[in-house]
Amino acid sequence: MTDSINDLLARHTLIFTIVVVVFSLFITFFSEPYGNGLISTSFVKTLGKTVCLCIIALAMDVVWGYCGILSLGHFAFFGLGGYMIGMWLMYERTAIIVQEAATNELLPLTETELSNAIGNQIFGVVGGYDIPSIWMFADSLGLQLILVIAVPGILAFIFGWLAFRSRVTGVYLSILTQALTLALSLYLFQNDSGLRGNNGLSGLQNIPGIEYLGQEVISIGFFWASCIFLISIFLLFHSLMKSKFGLIITSIRDNETRVRFLGYNVEIYKLFIFVLTAIISSIAGALYYPQAGIINPAELAPIASIYLAVWVAIGGRGKLYGAIIGAAFVSLFSSWFTGGQAPDIPLGIFTIEWVNWWTVLLGFGFVIITIFSENGIIGFLRNIFVKEK
Amino acid sequence: MIKKIIVAMSFYFFSITAYADTIKVGILHSLSGTMAISETTLKDTMLMLIDEQNEKGGILGKKLEAVVVDPASDWPLFAEKARELITVNDVDVMFGCWTSVSRKSVLPVIEELNGLLFYPVQYEGEESSKNVFYTGAAPNQQAIPATDYYLEELGIEKFALLGTDYVYPRTTNKILNQYLIDKGIPESDIFVNYTPFGHSDWSKIVADVVALGADGKKVGVISTINGDANIGFYKELAAAGVNAEDIPVVAFSVGEEELSGLDTTNLVGHLAAWNYFQSAESDLNTAFIKNWKSTMGPERVTNDPMEAHVIGFNMYVKAVEKAGTTDVDAVREAMYGITVPNLTGGTAEMLPNHHLSKPVLIGEILEDGQFDIISQTTEVPGDAWTDHLAESAVLTSDWQSLGCGMYNTSTSSCVQLKSNY
Amino acid sequence: MKINFYIILLYAFFINLPAVAHHDQFNIFLIENSDNIIKSSAKTVDTILRDIQSFDDEIVSRFLELWKSKSLYYIKDTKQVVIVNENNESFDALEIDGLTGIGNYTKKEIKKIKPNSGVRAKIDSLLVKYQISNSDINIRRKSLDSLKRNIQPEHLAVLQDAYINESDAELKTAIDRLLKFAIIKYSDSNDKKLEIIESFKGDTAIEIRASLNQLLNSSEVKVGISLPNNKNIARVIVPGFTIKNSNGTSGTTNFFNEDVEISINDAYDKLYADNLVYKKRITPEELKKILQQNIIGDTIGGYSISSLDNEQSRIAAYNKLVENNLAPPFISENKINEEVNKFIFYSVYNDSSSEVTNAALNTLASINLRVQIYKYIDLFIDGLSLASIYFLGAIGLAITFGVMRVINMAHGEFIMMGAYTGYVVQQFISNHTLSLLVALPLAFIITFIAGVIMERLVIRHLYRKPLDTLLATFGISIALQQIAKNIFGTQARPLTSPSWLDGSLSLSDDLSISYIRIAIFILSLIFLGLLLFVMNRTRLGLETRAVTQNPVMASNMGINPERINMLTFGFGSGIAGIAGIAIGLFSKVTSELGSEYIVQSFMTVVVGGVGNIWGTLAGASLIGFLQKFIEWFNPSNTLAAQTYMIIFIILFIQFRPKGIVALKGRAADD
Repeated sequence: MTDSINDLLARHTLIFTIVVVVFSLFITFFSEPYGNGLISTSFVKTLGKTVCLCIIALAMDVVWGYCGILSLGHFAFFGLGGYMIGMWLMYERTAIIVQEAATNELLPLTETELSNAIGNQIFGVVGGYDIPSIWMFADSLGLQLILVIAVPGILAFIFGWLAFRSRVTGVYLSILTQALTLALSLYLFQNDSGLRGNNGLSGLQNIPGIEYLGQEVISIGFFWASCIFLISIFLLFHSLMKSKFGLIITSIRDNETRVRFLGYNVEIYKLFIFVLTAIISSIAGALYYPQAGIINPAELAPIASIYLAVWVAIGGRGKLYGAIIGAAFVSLFSSWFTGGQAPDIPLGIFTIEWVNWWTVLLGFGFVIITIFSENGIIGFLRNIFVKEK
Repeated sequence: MIKKIIVAMSFYFFSITAYADTIKVGILHSLSGTMAISETTLKDTMLMLIDEQNEKGGILGKKLEAVVVDPASDWPLFAEKARELITVNDVDVMFGCWTSVSRKSVLPVIEELNGLLFYPVQYEGEESSKNVFYTGAAPNQQAIPATDYYLEELGIEKFALLGTDYVYPRTTNKILNQYLIDKGIPESDIFVNYTPFGHSDWSKIVADVVALGADGKKVGVISTINGDANIGFYKELAAAGVNAEDIPVVAFSVGEEELSGLDTTNLVGHLAAWNYFQSAESDLNTAFIKNWKSTMGPERVTNDPMEAHVIGFNMYVKAVEKAGTTDVDAVREAMYGITVPNLTGGTAEMLPNHHLSKPVLIGEILEDGQFDIISQTTEVPGDAWTDHLAESAVLTSDWQSLGCGMYNTSTSSCVQLKSNY
Repeated sequence: MKINFYIILLYAFFINLPAVAHHDQFNIFLIENSDNIIKSSAKTVDTILRDIQSFDDEIVSRFLELWKSKSLYYIKDTKQVVIVNENNESFDALEIDGLTGIGNYTKKEIKKIKPNSGVRAKIDSLLVKYQISNSDINIRRKSLDSLKRNIQPEHLAVLQDAYINESDAELKTAIDRLLKFAIIKYSDSNDKKLEIIESFKGDTAIEIRASLNQLLNSSEVKVGISLPNNKNIARVIVPGFTIKNSNGTSGTTNFFNEDVEISINDAYDKLYADNLVYKKRITPEELKKILQQNIIGDTIGGYSISSLDNEQSRIAAYNKLVENNLAPPFISENKINEEVNKFIFYSVYNDSSSEVTNAALNTLASINLRVQIYKYIDLFIDGLSLASIYFLGAIGLAITFGVMRVINMAHGEFIMMGAYTGYVVQQFISNHTLSLLVALPLAFIITFIAGVIMERLVIRHLYRKPLDTLLATFGISIALQQIAKNIFGTQARPLTSPSWLDGSLSLSDDLSISYIRIAIFILSLIFLGLLLFVMNRTRLGLETRAVTQNPVMASNMGINPERINMLTFGFGSGIAGIAGIAIGLFSKVTSELGSEYIVQSFMTVVVGGVGNIWGTLAGASLIGFLQKFIEWFNPSNTLAAQTYMIIFIILFIQFRPKGIVALKGRAADD
C-alpha cells in the first residue's frame, strides 16, 4: 500500500486533474439541464461554491502551510473579489432595467437623469441616488475584471510590504491581518462607503446578457469555471512548490533567520506569496459570489478568515490536497448539519439537535485535530497507511 | 475522497423527494447567529400554528408538514436555503426572513422559481414583489403615524433619529426626514445618527440628544435601533435620567421580546409603535397568548412579528381553501381581498399590493415590560411605495389589476416586473 | 390593587369635602365631553381644560389628578366616566365624587381611560395652579417639576403669588428660577428681562440656554430692496452662501455643515412669490413637462425627440416653443443670479428689542464658552471610560497573552462566562447588591477553574506552537459560544445593577457620567493595582516571570513550571470572569458578548506592548481616547471611527512592532 491514493495525488497532478474532470462530468451528467436532473441546481451551486472555497483554501495553504504566514485576513481578498465583480453585475443589470423602462418615457433621458435613475435603483435601499465615484468603471466588465486582480493585489502589496518590512511575524502578523479584515468589513458596513453598507450587493446570480439561459445552465457554467480554475491553481502551486522557489518558501517557514543569513531577501519572497495568494483568493471570490447571489460586509468578518484556517488545518496543512479536502469536508458538512437534514439523536430526556450542537462538535473536533494530528485528516490517514505498511 | 463524500451527500439529497400527500411549509428563519435572538421565536410560532391547523384537520384534507432550515443569520445562505426549499424540498409556501437584507437575498431566487414567501417584519417599504406577501408594517403603518403622534400629541419640535446602520433605519429615516421637512420642521432640527449592530457605548450619543434641548425646543427621539443594541441604549438613557416626559423615545424595533432582556423600571413612559401589543384586549389575543405560554413556557411573551405570522398563516390557509390548490399562482390570486381577524380586535385584509391593512398602535412601556396602549388607529392600508419621496410617489403596486409591483403612474407603464434587490 | 390604593390615597386628601352643589353640573359637563375625555388628544383637550376651570377647584383638581394617573374608567355602553373599585373580576363603578354608586360591571363592560403623555402634560400644566399652594410640600414640588417642562403665560401670575407664599427655602429658589424663565418668556418689561439675562451669565443649565435661545428666535427669510431700519435685524442672508446659526445670526458654510439657509433658486422663487420679480422660474421638471405637452409627431419645436437627451438641446427646443408663444419664457441661470443679487435677504428677531437680544447673545456666548470647555472635559471622560472598558476586557489577556504568550481566542468566552455567572446568581439572589457580592468571587472561581481545565487539556500540549494554540482555542471559543446559546438561549439576558449604581454623577447638563462607568473605571484601577502587586510583589508573580523568561532555568531553580503555567492561566481567566460581570452590567449578556471584545482586546495588548501590564494600560488608553477623538470629528458615524482607529492600529504596529511599551533585553525575545 505504498502507493496510497494520497501519495499518488501528491506526485501525479495528472490524477488530480482527471479526478476533478471526471467529477465535474459526473455532476454535469446528473444535473438538471444536461442530465436526468438527479442533482438539483441548488446542489450544483453548493458544489460550485465549495470548489471556490477549495481554491481559497489552497491559497491559504500556500501562504500558511508552505510559507508559514498565518494570515487571518485572506477572506478579505475573497470578499473584495466578490465586490468588484458584483459592482459590474449589479450596475449592468440595473442599467438594462432602467433603459428598458426609459423607452416608455416621452423624452429620451439625459445622462444625469439616467445615472440618477440607475443610482436610485441601486442605492435607494440605503437612502441615496448618487452613484459614488468608486463605481466609475462599473459599466465595463473588462475594467471590473482588471479590478478583481488589481484592488486586492495592491492592498495586499501595501499591507504586506509594510508588515514584512517591519519584520512583523508570527502571532503579531496574524492579529494584524485580522485587524485588516475587520477594518475592511467595518468600512464596508458603513452606508457611506458607496457599496450599499450592510445590504451589500445582491441579485448577483442574474448575469446580465445571459439571463435567458436560466440558473440551471448558469450554475453548471460557473461550476465548470470554478473547477477549471481549481485545477489550474493546483497545477500552478504544485509546480511552484516543487521548484527552487518553493524550496526557499518552505525554508522560510522552517527557519526564516537562517534563510535570511544565506543571503535571500526573505521579504520579497514573502511579499510575492502574500500578493499572489491574495489575487487568487480574489478571483475565487469573483467566481463564488455570482453563485451565492449576494455579498455583504459580514462575509469579510474576521471569523470567516479564521474558519478558513480551520479548514486548512483540519484537512492537513502543507499538503495542497489537504487544504482542498478540509475545505470541502467542513463546508459541506456544515451546510448539511445546519440545513436541518442530519437526523437528531434522541437520548431519552434530551435530544441532540444537530442544528444546535454541530458547532460544538466542530469546535471540539478541531481542538482534537490540532492537538493529536498536526497534519489534519491527511496526516491521520497517512498514519494509518504507514502503520499498515 | 471528495467524490465519495459528495456522492454520499448527493444520495442524501436525492432521497428527499416530494411526498404529494402533505402541504409543505418551509420555515426560513435563522436559528443560529446574531438574528437567532429574534427569529427563533417566529419559527416556534409557525410550528405552533401548523400543529394547531393539523389538529383541525389540515388544509383540503391534507396535513401540513413543516420544513425547518437554518440560514444561520448568513445572508447568502438565505438564498441558498430558499432555493433548496423550493427545488429540493418542494415546499408550497415559505414563512421567513427578518432583516431586509435577508429578504433581498431571497427575492431573486423566489422570483426566478416562482415561490411564495410570507415576510412578517416591519420594513422600509419601497418594494413589492409578486412572490412575497408583506405581513409586517410598511412605513406608513408604523413610522409615519408615530411621527404624527409626536408632532400632534406631544408637540415635539426637534427630532433625533437614531438608528442601527442598515437599510431599514436608513430608508425609514430618509422618508421621515422628508416627511418632517414637509411638515415644516427645519432640517437643522433633525439630528440623525447611525451606530453599528450591537453597539454598546451610548454615553456620548445620549449626551448629544440631551444637549439638543439647549435651544428650548421639545426634543423627541425616534429610534430604529435594532436588536440587543437597544439594551445598552436604554440602560444609558436610564442612567442619564432621561425622563419620558422630557425626551420621549419612540422605538420601531423594540417589542415585548426585546424588553424581556431589560429592567424596565426606568423606562416607564417611553414609547413603541407597532401593529400589535401583547396587552391588546381581544378574545383571540387572550387565546393566542394562552396557547403560546402553554407551549413555550409562562415567561414567554408575544410580539408584533408573531401576530404578522398568525395573520399570514391564517390568510394562506383561507387562500388555499378558496383556490382549492397550493399552486402558487392560484393561491396568489386567491389571496387578494382575503380578510382574517387580527389579534387586536379588527380585521386584516390582503391588498393587491401584497401588503396588509392593519391598525397602528402606540404603547407606553410599563414597569412589567409590557406596553400600555394609548393610541390605536383604525386599519391603515399598507403602502408599498411611500408618498413622501418624490421618486416613489409616482410609483404604485397592484398585482391584481395592473399585474405590476412597480408601476409608474406618470408614464403609465410598468418599470419592472421583478423587484429591486 | 394598585388602583384601589391610589383611590384610597385620594380619599385621604378629599375626605372632608363638603358635598358640592356644583356636583350635578359637573356630571353634565362630563357627559357632554365624554367622547373627548375617553379618547383624548392633545388637539381636543384644550377646550375641556378651559371649560373645566369654571367648576369648583376641589372637584376639578381631583378629577384631573384621577384622569392624569390613568385611574378613570368608562362604561362601554353609556360612555359614562367613572372610577371603579375592583373586587374579584367584577368592578363597582362610582361617580367621580367617589360616593355615588352606579352599579356593578364585568371586566368587559368597562374600559380604562388612558390619556397620552401629551394630554397628561397639559393636565399637569393646568394642575399647577391648584397644586402649587397645596399644603403638602411633595405635591408642590411635583407641580413645580411639571411646570419646568411647560411654562404658559398664565403661570407668570401663579408663580409670582407662589413665590410670595412659599415658606420652604428650597422650593422658593426653584420658584424663583421658574419665575425668571416665565418673565423672560412672557413679561413686557425689557428692564426686568435684561436684569435676568445678566444674572444667567456662566450658568450652563440646559433650561437657561433654552430660554435664552428662545429669545433669539428669528423670523422666516424676508426680502427687500434694502434693510429696514426699524426692525431688530437678526442676520443678513446671502443666498447660496450663508447658513443659519442657532442663535439667529448668520455664518458661513464650513466643513461639517454644508446646508445653506436658502439656495439661489429658492431665493428667486421667494422673490417671485413676493411679487418682486414677474417671471416664474422654470424648473428642469417643468421644462420637461412642457416639452412633453408639445410633442408633434416625433418633434418638439422642430427638434427631433431623440436629440433631446441633454440639457442644452432641451433648452433650445424649449426656447423655440417660447418663440411660438407656446410656453412661458425660460429664465437662465445668469438672469436668476442677477435678479437675486438686486435684493437683500434678511431675518429679524421675534423680540423687537435689540437691547434684549444683544444681551442674550452676550450671555449665551459666555455660557457657550463654558459649555465648550465642559464638552472637552466630557470627551476626556468618555475616552477615559472607554479606555477603562477596553482595559478591563484586555487585562486578563495581558496575563495569558502578554506574560505567558498564549494566544487564547476563547478569552472572550471567559468574559461571557463571567457575565452569565452574574445573571445566574441574580436568579437565585434577588437583592442586587448581595448578588453582585456573591457573583464577583464566584465568577472568578468558575472562570479560574475553566481556565485551569483548558490549560491542562489543551494549551499544555501546544506551548511551543503559538499559532496552533490560536486555532485550538478558537475551536474552544466557538464551542463554548454555542453551548452558552444552547443553555441560555439566544435572547440577551438581563444583568441588573444594584440601585446605587443607577443614575449618573452630573456636574452640569453637559457633563455627566453614569455611576456604572465610574465603577468600571475604579474596578480597572483595582485590577491594575492587583496585577502589579501579584506580578511584582508575590512569589507567584516572580515564579511566573521566571517561567515565561526561561522555563528550563526556572525548573532548575526548583520551580514547577507546569504548576505555575496552570495557576497563571487560571488567574488570567479568572480576571476575565470578573471583567465579564462589569461589562454585562453596563451593556448586555449574550453568548456573543465575548467575541465582541476579543479582537479589540488583542489589539489593545499588542499596541500597548506585550509582556507588560503598563503597556496594556497604555494600549487601552490610546485606543479608547483615539476612538472617542475620531468619533468627535464625525459624530454621526461611529462605524467610521472604529474603521479609522483600526487602520491607525495597523499602521502603528507596522512602525512600532513591539508596541508602545517595548520590552528590552532578553525578556524581549520571542
